[in-house]
Amino acid sequence: MAATGNILFSGVGGQGILLASEVTAYALLSAGYDAKKSEVHGMAQRGGSVTAQLRYGDKVYSPLIEPGKADILISFEMMEAARYLPYLHKESKVIVNTQQIKPPSVAMGQVPYPADVLDVISAKGIRVVTVDAFDIARDAGEVKAANVVMVGAMSAFLPMDAEVYENIINTRIPERFREVNLKAFAAGRKITV
Amino acid sequence: MTDSNSLWMSGNEAIAMAAYEAGVKVASGYPGTPSTEIMENLSKYEGVYTEWAPNEKVGLEVAIGASFAGVRAFATMKHVGVNVAADPLFTASYTGVRGGLVVLTADDPEMHSSQNEQDNRNYAYAAKLPMLEPSEPAEAKELLKDAFDLSEKFDTPVLFRITTRVAHVKGVLEKGDMRESAATCGIEKAPAKIVMLPGNARNRRKVVEERMAQLKEVAESDAFNRVEKGDTRRGFITAGVAYLYVKEAFPDAAVLKLGMSWPLPERKIKEFAATVDELFVVEELDPFLEHHIKAMGVECRGKDCIPNQGELNTAIVRSSIDPDSTPELFAPPELPMRPPNMCAGCPHRGVFFNLSKMKDVFVSGDIGCYTLGFLPPLSAMDSCVCMGASVSIAHGMAKALGEEGKGRLVSVIGDSTFIHSGINGLINSVYNDSATVLVILDNRITAMTGQQNNPTSGCNIKGEAANAIDIEELCRAVGVKHVEVVNPHDIAACRKALKHALELDEMAVVISRAPCVLLPEIKNAPHKPYLTQTENCTGCMACVKLGCPAISWTNITPEEAVTRGYKEKQKGFAEINEVQCNGCGQCATLCKFEAINRKGE
Repeated sequence: MAATGNILFSGVGGQGILLASEVTAYALLSAGYDAKKSEVHGMAQRGGSVTAQLRYGDKVYSPLIEPGKADILISFEMMEAARYLPYLHKESKVIVNTQQIKPPSVAMGQVPYPADVLDVISAKGIRVVTVDAFDIARDAGEVKAANVVMVGAMSAFLPMDAEVYENIINTRIPERFREVNLKAFAAGRKITV
Repeated sequence: MTDSNSLWMSGNEAIAMAAYEAGVKVASGYPGTPSTEIMENLSKYEGVYTEWAPNEKVGLEVAIGASFAGVRAFATMKHVGVNVAADPLFTASYTGVRGGLVVLTADDPEMHSSQNEQDNRNYAYAAKLPMLEPSEPAEAKELLKDAFDLSEKFDTPVLFRITTRVAHVKGVLEKGDMRESAATCGIEKAPAKIVMLPGNARNRRKVVEERMAQLKEVAESDAFNRVEKGDTRRGFITAGVAYLYVKEAFPDAAVLKLGMSWPLPERKIKEFAATVDELFVVEELDPFLEHHIKAMGVECRGKDCIPNQGELNTAIVRSSIDPDSTPELFAPPELPMRPPNMCAGCPHRGVFFNLSKMKDVFVSGDIGCYTLGFLPPLSAMDSCVCMGASVSIAHGMAKALGEEGKGRLVSVIGDSTFIHSGINGLINSVYNDSATVLVILDNRITAMTGQQNNPTSGCNIKGEAANAIDIEELCRAVGVKHVEVVNPHDIAACRKALKHALELDEMAVVISRAPCVLLPEIKNAPHKPYLTQTENCTGCMACVKLGCPAISWTNITPEEAVTRGYKEKQKGFAEINEVQCNGCGQCATLCKFEAINRKGE
């Protein structure tokens, strides 16, 4: 049995993590993998730190990624990438949107937003890819497609061709958003392929 | 997902589909994480009547009524909701059913969105009811249908327990067969069975014992409880999501997987125990299985090494049993916390900002988004116990404190929670005459669980027009003379209303009314944010102290202050993030320096 792959999505409630993890899950499923995904709802969604955990393989039992076992971390906010360092291993791939969202203590001026926050990850010898997802999405025609830019950038680290994702976008996303999401995906993928 | 018939669904979506496939005709529930999406999804299926009940007790009674009328009925709730519904639950165990009746409890180990992590398997034991417990969405779907069949076959309500990691986990599953109720819909009088006066109840009490004995035999069958052969040096008995962690941590071991966690298959457990050298019972929360297995005289290990608090996962299960397997992990970096917060533009903020200024007032809180009023910088909640408790706790404090409590006791409750069980507390406060202030935070919706309609919203579960309860009239009807409605976004008006109510020598209600910013009609309204004229900012921090996620503060040095044209001693300035701002204007009502204005004005 092939080892189970683990993808950890992190960010702040409201950033579009759910859609990004759904597109990725559908791509894995259409490539023939079994998959499970764990999400957080309720109290934890109100602007707090959130994750979605996606696991795939021949047969997936647990819906939760073990600490130290995330193969890919895709973070929609910089500090939220660093927060999940204990989930990473030396060979992990990390894709980070360069957006910074201030948590309450930073917004109140009590503590600064940590400078060079991604250094704690790269200092472990882990590859970190930063993505200006908003700029790229804006160029593609819609700033809200930043999450699909991120999926594009991550897709290079998964064993599927671009067509698999394009097919998912074409079948799962409402028609009026397809064009812009296809562009956003391609632009994101170009960063890492 | 190679098979085109396969579906990708959350546990809650799968359970809704299963209820439809099981032929459920009436379903009632109260929203509560992690159960909410079951009823939301079920409401989209044709031919099933669904509703949001005002609370879980009512929801279960509705389902019992439907079952008495001979149709399959379903009640859903979160774990603490079963406490509210426990009264009908324990007696429905005696009456039994006509149409199949399943009561779903969604437990929340780790308290992701709950005030306690009670283990509702204990209810199955205490109420003498069978309980089924799936491990994942696909199993949940089939097991729920079996639960309805079991209910009718053995004339019993069936408890169905899921946890957060079943409810909110997505997995692959397939559409299944449709089932039909063996009961016929209609009025059928069976007083000896369903009129629970002592004489009848004593007879039914015996039936309950006979039924549980029969159900023990069902538990012995492979349909619910199966042995997975494997390495017998270590054997595992497990149920629910813990089964998945065992399969990953010890993939080769022999496992007895229980899909029915009550009653237990004693023969099967003893036979399995005899085949393994060492037996571990792996379960989340209480040592429920472990205690009952030990009571059978079977030697096993469990909570001596596996935590009884919080969720389990593969790593915890593995390292609890094999401490040497604990991996070395990268240490977590020190980072500012990111707790949840009330949304930008949340109407509750105006009330809590005012309460935060009233330092000698005790704020008795309740369950909802507004519980976040506890967090800094507002820190304006002093107690929070359970749904509806705010007003009764304030009343109890008033009776204990006497003169000392006068003008110092405020309770806060949301519209939905008020209808859930806060109204009873208000009736008590009026009847037994205490002078506290109840603030009803009326944002027109049950917000925390994801915007569900409630009896005050004017819409039913499907979003169709429905009768709406008038909260002011309801308060007046139970005898409250002082009922004042305020706009929480007007900070000064809100403060005045609170102060006035606290001065009264009678029970007073202040209704803070403004819609939740997450409601579609608010979200999709034209975006009219406020903007900061930073050149006018004096650094007074009045707006920053609201704790609004759209407002941030930048520290500056004296040199920077001078460069920016500020007084040298100004420590920084505030700025509004235009994208995040929802235009509530609370900050603008606080700014005395013309530094905050609506965009374009």
